Amino acid sequence: MTIRLNPMKIVVVGHVDHGKSTLIGRLLHDTGSLPDGKLEELTAMAERRGMPLEWSFVLDAFQAERDQAITIDTTQINFESDARPYVIIDAPGHREFLKNMVSGAASADAAVLVVDVAEGVREQSRRHAFLLRLLGLSQVVVAVNKMDLVGHDEARFRAVEAEVRAYLAEIGLSPDAVVPVAARAGENLASRAETMPWWDGPTLVAALDALAPLAPPLERPLRLPIQDVYKFDERRILVGRVEAGSFRVGDELVFSPSNRRARVRTIESWNAPVAKLEARAGEVVGFTLDEQIFAERGDVASHEASAPKLTNVFRATLFWLAERPLVVGDTLKLKVGPDEANVTVEAIENAIDTQTLGRAPTDAVGHNEVAEVVLRTREMLSLDDHRANPAGGRFVLVDGFDTVAGGVVSTEGYPDQREAMRVKGTNLYEVDHLLTAQGRAFRNGHRGGVIWMTGLSGAGKSTLAMRVEQRLFAKGYQAFVLDGDNVRKGLNADLGFSPDDRAENIRRVGEVAALFAEAGVIVITAFISPYRSDRDRARSAAGEAFHEVHVAADLATCEGRDPKGLYKRARAGEIGEFTGISAPYEPPEAPELVVDTSKQAIEACVDAIVAHVDARLAVRARAVGA
Amino acid sequence: MAATLAPERTNLADAFDDDTAAHLAELEARTIYILREAYARVSPLGMLWSIGKDSNALLWMARKAFFGRVPFPLIQLDTGMELPEVYAFRDEIVPAWGLDLRVEHCPPEEDMDQTLPPATRAAARKTVGLRNALARDKYRGVMVGIRRDEQATRAKERVFSPRALDGAWDFRNQPPEFWDQYKTDFPDGVHVRIHPLLHWSEIDIWRYTKAEGIPVVPLYFARDGERYRSLGEKNITFPVASDAATIDEIIAELMVTKVSERAGRTMDKETEDSFERLRSSGYM
Ligand SMILES: Nc1nc2c(ncn2[C@@H]2O[C@H](COP(=O)(O)OP(=O)(O)O)[C@@H](O)[C@H]2O)c(=O)[nH]1
Repeated sequence: MTIRLNPMKIVVVGHVDHGKSTLIGRLLHDTGSLPDGKLEELTAMAERRGMPLEWSFVLDAFQAERDQAITIDTTQINFESDARPYVIIDAPGHREFLKNMVSGAASADAAVLVVDVAEGVREQSRRHAFLLRLLGLSQVVVAVNKMDLVGHDEARFRAVEAEVRAYLAEIGLSPDAVVPVAARAGENLASRAETMPWWDGPTLVAALDALAPLAPPLERPLRLPIQDVYKFDERRILVGRVEAGSFRVGDELVFSPSNRRARVRTIESWNAPVAKLEARAGEVVGFTLDEQIFAERGDVASHEASAPKLTNVFRATLFWLAERPLVVGDTLKLKVGPDEANVTVEAIENAIDTQTLGRAPTDAVGHNEVAEVVLRTREMLSLDDHRANPAGGRFVLVDGFDTVAGGVVSTEGYPDQREAMRVKGTNLYEVDHLLTAQGRAFRNGHRGGVIWMTGLSGAGKSTLAMRVEQRLFAKGYQAFVLDGDNVRKGLNADLGFSPDDRAENIRRVGEVAALFAEAGVIVITAFISPYRSDRDRARSAAGEAFHEVHVAADLATCEGRDPKGLYKRARAGEIGEFTGISAPYEPPEAPELVVDTSKQAIEACVDAIVAHVDARLAVRARAVGA
Repeated sequence: MAATLAPERTNLADAFDDDTAAHLAELEARTIYILREAYARVSPLGMLWSIGKDSNALLWMARKAFFGRVPFPLIQLDTGMELPEVYAFRDEIVPAWGLDLRVEHCPPEEDMDQTLPPATRAAARKTVGLRNALARDKYRGVMVGIRRDEQATRAKERVFSPRALDGAWDFRNQPPEFWDQYKTDFPDGVHVRIHPLLHWSEIDIWRYTKAEGIPVVPLYFARDGERYRSLGEKNITFPVASDAATIDEIIAELMVTKVSERAGRTMDKETEDSFERLRSSGYM
């Protein structure tokens, strides 16, 4: 026997009693991987106990031999096919299966999902498959087991095959093979079964042999999270593991979230025969830069053109391992690669039922449940959508001292904040105005200001804006409405409706509104402006002059009104990323004013806003209704 | 002695075929990643150095990870019973590699739990020695070069494995560990054992040792039909029958042997659960 290297790591999962242990035991036997004498020993033991030999005894024996009375945790069982060695990295049937399964399965190359042909897909078959998918496993071979129980009938196999494939397809998995087997008799495991002449597909082992070991994602954009910065000598060496892509000496790298840039001067190593000029996915590297920019553990280096997304709020699908439930408002520690940040659970959008794949609103996520949540951090994070770049799009949550959840990031629905963060035109100098704000205010009788209305589509922002403008004008204020119609046609004609474009739209409106306010005008804006971060930016552009007005009609009311028929189209799926339906709306945390058009009459809302302006922006009293 | 202190500069790719070189490079990358995580997240940090082949390979990779320096102390749990070649090797390597070695003299055997079998008692001395070092120097983490394939109970280990102050290992309730996110937050009174070699096998270590030209204690090589496969105290470790006098011959031998690596250690055979008892009370 030769010991080959690089064993392929597999996990065996499936519903209880569908035959996982039997399959492993028999596989070890049929591939000649059992120690000498083991089978005789087990047969003798079964005879002594007056029971038939169960192949699962092999595992029990391993367990007993290895562990005496101790509950096994992660164990390793080796077997070898003609093509390559394998290691089964988690044995089935543990008490705390989920916690252990994620520890094992997350590093597996492939999974075997065992399904009893007589029972079909059951609760744990689905749950395990769902978690495998969440963990990022994409290679799955399905063993439809106990074919002897259905007379080796092809039709029965095809029915279960269709059922498994349908479920897997729904969660985005396509099995590499679905093989009819009878584990107990060793049929179609390592050798072809004569009992199933209709089967012309591979045996289970052949199906596994056909899989490729996981290769580092060389073709994806560079992701190099910084693990540490060493200054042992005159060199300042940044170290990290290349999670995706590659880079060369001389490349310009951008570090996120700081957006700082520098070129790679050298790739450092110790005791290497020649200096390295390139580093590729999977390698751990040390490198120096041509400029001493500030960089620290947790930063992500990438190439400029394909940098990760920057955001401080994102959607995630997570599995919750703690006993206590997760609730909105919980603050936990987030770890993404070497980066850490405190996150607050802003919303729990849905619990996912792994059986039906149904999504239902919920307030809390229970032990071992899966849910879709919205998480928010204070600082900016660099993230990837897990589908685009797994390593940059998965995280764990730590509560106190314990890892309590794992999850994957979806960057849908929230804009990239990189552009907005960048200080543009760094060599522009502001020219001091000779006129002061007080001078303008004295002339106009009021200060300039931004009345920033935010709320769902149909909440009444435009109606209110026009009425307020009219009333203010009548009272002698310089007032002007900025809305979608006058902005989209000119200033923002180049922007569409993607999250990024929407963010840019709002950024420009914020800047323009701030200029109007500086010019002494009271500008009223009427944009949904669903993201807090965008509004915060508009606030920082206008400073003290900013007045956020939450036009707070609830979704049902807005949808009932639906003046432009947009909700209907969004519900029908004709409009994607529609705020309130398929994209989030983040209500203001501390608005200067709240008006609720579902509870108050429009006139009352207008009165409230005008009163606010009178109180906050007027420098001399003005006749009511003048 | 046979140790070469200034090995030829080597390259994994030159020493083996592509598949083997890629495999070793992957194992090495993983170990270096773990070493750097430990150094970034756990302080004060130390590394146990038994002077055997595994901890030498680990030490070598630490030098790679930190560009020639080993930025933490090495702790040798010394029972005074190592073979003379081991001490000679140590005294040559320490100054040559600029190591910060702290020798921890283990308490005498009479102080040990007398219900343990004799050889296990010897190992227990190291457990107590480690506990003393931890208590005195307040280490929050110690790196240990154990491997999953060495011994059954080690198969269950995590890479970052928290221990109570007395060293106790709660194997029933281990933290989940996935996506290379390790447990690095602990309450006071808990330290962490870090296992950067968990994923290596005995044969991997030898192939790597050869590829990199890492010096080892010459006792591993056969003389007069015997060699040591594992180095322990002289009263409890015995050579195995072997003609393997070079690393290549050792690798060839390992590819056919069915004898377990720790076969030359009496302790493991004394009672069924002695190793388990040792480990749960803090042994490596
Ligand atoms: N008829 C039949 N029974 C099987 C087969 N494979 C496993 N079983 C039986 O199914 C039961 C559960 O098997 P086991 O391997 O313990 O399931 P696990 O819970 O998934 O590990 C045992 O009684 C096995 O003997 C098979 O191919 N045919």
